[in-house]
Amino acid sequence: MLSPELGHYALALACVLAAVQGIIPLIGASRRDVRLMALAPGLALGQMIALGVSFLSLIYAAVTDDFSVQNIAENSAVSKPLLYKITGVWGNHEGSILLWALILGLCGAAVAAFGRNLPSALRARVIAVLGLVATGFELFCLTTSDPFARIWPAPMDGQGMNPLLQDPGLAFHPPILYTGYVGFAVPFAFAIAALMEGRVDTAWGRWVRPWAVAAWCFLTCGIAMGSWWSYYVLGWGGYWFWDPVENASLIPWLTGTALIHSAIVVEKREALKIWTVLLAIATFSFSLSGTFLVRSGILNSVHAFANDPARGVFILGLLGVVIGGSLALFAYRAPTLTAGGLFAPISREGALVLNNILLCSLCAVVLTGTMYPPFMSLLFDRTISVGKPFFDATTIPLALPLFIFMGFGPMLPWKRAQLWPVLQKLWLAAIVAALACAVAVFALSGVLAILCAAAALWVITASATDLAGRTRLFRAPVGTSIQRARMLPRAIVGTAIAHAGVGITVLGLAAMSQAQHKIVEVPIGTTEQLAGYTWTLKAVTQEPGPNYTAMVATLEVRRNGHLVTVMHPSKRSFNSQNQTTTNVAIHTNMLADLYGVLGDKHGPDANPTYVLRLHYNPLAPWMWLGALIMAFGGALSLSDRRMRVGAPQRAKPTPATVSVP
Amino acid sequence: MTRKTRRLWLVLACVACLGTAATLILRAFSSDIVFFVTPSQVEASPPPADRTVKLGGMVVAGSVKREKHGETPVATFAVTDGQAAVTVHYEGILPDLFREGQSVVAIGTVQPPHEFMASEVLAKHDETYMPKEVAEALKKSGKWDPRFGPPPSAASWNNMTVQDANKTLSAPAAAN
Repeated sequence: MLSPELGHYALALACVLAAVQGIIPLIGASRRDVRLMALAPGLALGQMIALGVSFLSLIYAAVTDDFSVQNIAENSAVSKPLLYKITGVWGNHEGSILLWALILGLCGAAVAAFGRNLPSALRARVIAVLGLVATGFELFCLTTSDPFARIWPAPMDGQGMNPLLQDPGLAFHPPILYTGYVGFAVPFAFAIAALMEGRVDTAWGRWVRPWAVAAWCFLTCGIAMGSWWSYYVLGWGGYWFWDPVENASLIPWLTGTALIHSAIVVEKREALKIWTVLLAIATFSFSLSGTFLVRSGILNSVHAFANDPARGVFILGLLGVVIGGSLALFAYRAPTLTAGGLFAPISREGALVLNNILLCSLCAVVLTGTMYPPFMSLLFDRTISVGKPFFDATTIPLALPLFIFMGFGPMLPWKRAQLWPVLQKLWLAAIVAALACAVAVFALSGVLAILCAAAALWVITASATDLAGRTRLFRAPVGTSIQRARMLPRAIVGTAIAHAGVGITVLGLAAMSQAQHKIVEVPIGTTEQLAGYTWTLKAVTQEPGPNYTAMVATLEVRRNGHLVTVMHPSKRSFNSQNQTTTNVAIHTNMLADLYGVLGDKHGPDANPTYVLRLHYNPLAPWMWLGALIMAFGGALSLSDRRMRVGAPQRAKPTPATVSVP
Repeated sequence: MTRKTRRLWLVLACVACLGTAATLILRAFSSDIVFFVTPSQVEASPPPADRTVKLGGMVVAGSVKREKHGETPVATFAVTDGQAAVTVHYEGILPDLFREGQSVVAIGTVQPPHEFMASEVLAKHDETYMPKEVAEALKKSGKWDPRFGPPPSAASWNNMTVQDANKTLSAPAAAN
């Protein structure tokens, strides 16, 4: 039933539906024709269903080993485990574009389903813009990267997937990351719709923010997952390599973070409207260009054009239309948006503006570092690379003031504030930060690491102080505090938790700069000392696996004579592909990771020696834990009654006198 | 607070932040950028000993030697672009995809006269994939012309030594 032809047909159908979805509601909205506008939700749902059928067909072909489909033949094999047959569908270019389109379809359907209380014209326009973007991508998929193309004769078996990619972390990393990227299409569509209508008000801010926060949560999780994957799979003890693919996800994250903060100002004070619209456009543009330029390899090598000119030209054309078109619309319509309310530099708005400026400067720095090498090679034919030293030297000094302002920003009142009373409340946080600084001077090396650790503790304590102040913890009876905590808007709790999450991540990063490692080549039975632990190589055995043989080491780790853990790092040799992969053994107590890697075997078989790489990574889990906490804070504030997407709200904007502390 | 003073503050904050960002970038550009060099460039004009560079090329077949300094494993191998070869010393575990006769990128410093002390050795995940810099270097050295098909397979590189390369290369070089 679910044949590749059906999938191809469904994809074409989705493309046509998307085109209709992009045109009819726009006409309806401009003519105020209710019937035409009412078509939008149905079309969006139809497009999503068609895409779903198409995607299921591809999964079905993968699961049933239909090697007459080129995509499956190139990326799958009979011997591949079922899970990876399914997840392998989006592990390649064609499949990932289809996944991208499917998520975009889901976003459109979600706006259709949850946006019932939006003004009908706005909703029609938002869905139409999503439809137009979807048309572009589905056309791209159909014309240049067809996942359903057949080959004849069909091979008996597929070529299989790189064993390195057969990993659960990598299997679920792309959908989550893509949901984050594509999720920013919804704020983008809202921005374009607002520009068409020429109206941005507090209600617009309230509608946009949940979508932006949801996308941000996914993107945060996606980036953390990618980083965690490279940490435990690549076996280098590194967690972030500043390569273009990673930076392509960091750049929209930075502007997206700026967006969810500036949207608060729009919602609460009806200021920064033009800026917020621009940020929404920029975030989605960065998501698009990041994934497509980087993943298609164009940024890495200009020769990707030579290999597949149709694809490259299509991508560039599509990006040009989406980004150029939206910026042109912005330039044309933005002056019609009225300027918003006034506020003093020292106020909540002022702090949020500062947050935006700093985040955008950071984004500019990362963008420069990422784009400079390809430009240099294109214009001056010089091959250079920009790595960790560059990004450390440029991003950390800009991030430090951001952390400092993050501490008291959420405690400043709106409109006009006094700095001193707020700082007085933060005496505890200041003491903790100063103490941390003092301790760090002895414990850590490197000025930036010390400052980062202190700033991280400052952020965490300040967030805790904020919550404690609001619940009058220790200053009122416990019952009152609990009562107040329960009444606290979840958005405020979410903010504090997300900010604390940033602090935890930064603390992990600062501690990781002190990671220790040791590489040795030793015979069995040798004992090594690293970071106060005694590591003993007890044995190395050969163990067969399903399609590989593994060399497994038994590594005993003791501290002061007590057994801490027995680790089993291994090295797998895959018979078919003549490849080896390294399987790291990690033992964590949440304060530090012990990380063992087994390398090559040398010497005669009678008395062999083995290369071992031992790492001690302090606070490593905190980096990803902090990111999860950030995403949790975002999700918590999403569950706030006032933010809920489907919550009954008036379409008429209320005067901007909302004064929630 | 009037609109004008607010705007002034805003502009000042933007200028301060972006100015800082620009300063940081320029400072880092002058010290932290890593240039890509080929073995023949190292031979012709070695970079200063304190400068970190990336060296890319093919691992010369039969050149890999593994030694132990105390308990520390040290790998020594030669990297060539077909015109010159540079000896690379590396303390640590060579990546899984490191092979003789295949492309490699080493990051480190050049110690006089032409010894490369690598702090990191990279071989790409996909064994058919050649790092872009290496591909460029091969094209420049005349070993591979993309017009005549995909890059040479690892097998053909296995048989290559520097002398061979110089022999085969002299013809295209003369033609140019």
